[in-house]
Amino acid sequence: MIEARDLRKSFGPIVAVDGVSFSVQKGDVLGFMGPNGAGKTTTMKMLSCFFPPDSGTAAVEGYDIVKDPVEVRQRVGYLAENAPAYDEMTPEAFLKFVCDARGMDRARRTAAIDRVAESCAVTGVMHQPIGTLSKGYRRRVGLAQALVHNPPVLILDEPTDGLDPNQKHDVRNLIKKLAPEKSTIISTHLLEEVDAICNRIIIINEGRLLVDSTPAELRKREGGELDQIFRKLTRGGRKARVAGGVS
Amino acid sequence: MRGFLSVFKRELRAYFSTPLAYVFLVIFLFFTAFLSFQRNFFEMRQASMRIFFSNLPLLFIFLVPAIAMRLWAEEWRTNSVELLFTLPITATQAVLGKFFAAWSVIALALVLTCPMVLTVCYLGDPDPGPIITGYVGAFLLAGAYLGIGSFFSGLTRNQVIAFVLSVVVCVLFFFAGSPTVMNYLSGFLPMNLVEAAESLSIESRFESVQRGVMEVRDVAFFGLLAAGWLWANTVTLGQRRAMG
Repeated sequence: MIEARDLRKSFGPIVAVDGVSFSVQKGDVLGFMGPNGAGKTTTMKMLSCFFPPDSGTAAVEGYDIVKDPVEVRQRVGYLAENAPAYDEMTPEAFLKFVCDARGMDRARRTAAIDRVAESCAVTGVMHQPIGTLSKGYRRRVGLAQALVHNPPVLILDEPTDGLDPNQKHDVRNLIKKLAPEKSTIISTHLLEEVDAICNRIIIINEGRLLVDSTPAELRKREGGELDQIFRKLTRGGRKARVAGGVS
Repeated sequence: MRGFLSVFKRELRAYFSTPLAYVFLVIFLFFTAFLSFQRNFFEMRQASMRIFFSNLPLLFIFLVPAIAMRLWAEEWRTNSVELLFTLPITATQAVLGKFFAAWSVIALALVLTCPMVLTVCYLGDPDPGPIITGYVGAFLLAGAYLGIGSFFSGLTRNQVIAFVLSVVVCVLFFFAGSPTVMNYLSGFLPMNLVEAAESLSIESRFESVQRGVMEVRDVAFFGLLAAGWLWANTVTLGQRRAMG
């Protein structure tokens, strides 16, 4: 479970996240949407304790992200944008390292690595250096890393970016299959992805929360398809800003 | 401890799964031997390692930053720092894990110079005191330089910048007590500050260690130097992360 309260974060003069609050319950798959630079990644980095918020806080599985970052990280599986990994390592060594850092003993580690290698379809490349892998494999290794400790909370930043249509389908099915036992946030630019796996949708723009709803409810309320609604909601902000700048 | 060990093991493996550690070891062994023999290691007709140890501080000024420069700059460049700091590991554990991995490579390099010791022992009957303090001192000195290297590596994603800045600071610490620097500083600094600068000198401290004199304060000096830079390393890593 995730409970974000009034999260704020600025980088110098730029306000990246401006008072965002929401909650994610067990079983939820929250689709996190917004134009580039809206504050999605910044919010996810705060929730996974890469950096603390300037003000506001969040509780992840009951632990505060500011006071207990190590406890939070233990319970979160995080896939960062571009799936960072150590290029000289093989996926096997890499997953072993992640298990080690997460304090999993040898028996649990072997079983866990076999499980995620299969579910993320990376079994065939387990002994190839990550630096030589294609974008799709690299991302799936990143996903395997996020799932290896079977965390109660999943935070995935564009998990299907760079995958081919078949792989996208597989990863979505995997997330769907895991969803009932977890609280999941995924950020995405793909509206079809929200329809396929998310039971809730959040749209943010310029650091502010615009919509916190379900896809069906949003369609009913705003009328039209999700992409039209998305454009309508997120373009307004930019126009208003440009107009303000001119005057 | 778990976090420290996992980072330490990963980092140590990274040195040996790329050519880095091997290049470092070969170059280090070549230059220690070359510089010793060039400066009449045999012709001195003394069973001592003084020439060998006297080259180490200068050699380390270049080689230790070379081994330290990738520690954090590489993480920033590939963004794997985002992975590392979303694992349940504290910044201190990560900094120390990396530091000790790099220090172990240097320790191995020093151990591999043992043929020099064996040669001296075979040819004569050397006083073991200066040899032991020489090795311990060299190891501690490398730790101090490594702290500096790790700090600058944490500031940038560019390994070359990390290397150059570390070398400059290592040079400053090394020559802090030399007559040229002392003369220059005494031109505009009060005497007690000049003396303070002199007491930071690595050169004079390492000289006494080579003679076989190692006091607690020498060990403390190198230890505190390393610890201070590593502490700053941890702090700046936190600040850099917060900047995005």
